[in-house]
Amino acid sequence: MNLFLINILLAVGFMIALESFTLATLFTGMVVGYMALWLTRPLYGDDRYFQRFATIVRLVIFFIKALVISNLRVLRAVLAPSQISRPGIIRLPLDARTDMEIMLVANLISLTPGTLSIDVSEDRRNLYVHVMFLEDVDDARRELKEGLERRVLEVLR
Amino acid sequence: MIEWLAAVLLLLGCLFCLLAAVGLVRLPDTLTRMHAATKAGTLGAGLILGAVAVLFGDIGTVLRTFLVLIFLFMTVPVGAHLIGRAAYCSGIRLSSRTWVDHLREDLEGKDKSER
Repeated sequence: MNLFLINILLAVGFMIALESFTLATLFTGMVVGYMALWLTRPLYGDDRYFQRFATIVRLVIFFIKALVISNLRVLRAVLAPSQISRPGIIRLPLDARTDMEIMLVANLISLTPGTLSIDVSEDRRNLYVHVMFLEDVDDARRELKEGLERRVLEVLR
Repeated sequence: MIEWLAAVLLLLGCLFCLLAAVGLVRLPDTLTRMHAATKAGTLGAGLILGAVAVLFGDIGTVLRTFLVLIFLFMTVPVGAHLIGRAAYCSGIRLSSRTWVDHLREDLEGKDKSER
């Protein structure tokens, strides 16, 4: 996380050098600083910062996409509730182990429309998820595991 | 141009908030209602905040809308989870279209093994 701090300092320096304290300059400074750090990355020994940055960006993009798509599905269900919605509560075996990982996975699942985490089993190995559009249990499980959980774990580990 | 973008974001946000309200009335049980209420609401609020950020565009406003969004995204799922869990544990009737319930299976399985 040290490189992140340097990146911010570079961005602030960029703002001072240009004497322009706006959000756009800060953003440009972050991007320019990131590229400068990336060019000189053999100096820092570990490139975890760059890998982690990429996984965070992937998670955010994936999450926004999921948010919009499933909101549209909820919209359809609200307009015609009798036809589409086939809800169910499924057991999702967790790969996440620590409380932090489980919390993030459960919260992101809750945030995506169409899925709501109800409970965690006492041994913390299963998450119970209420799925609004459940066609096939295994498909839904795979979607949650490959999509959200894998990406969250990539960011945290 | 900026005004148009803000107007579109604002209208979309309002649409999703309306959708959340309609869903609260029309969906069959507490858990499906939670889906509509919390999530469409989050996206709706997010779009409206986005409209504000685009329209004002200065660093203070943008940072504040960003902060509001972060707090929303941190608190909404916790609330939704707890309401859903409380509803489930107090034994609400699930919609008749619910066709899988692993949580009930596991809870009942545990009851039997304890006896």
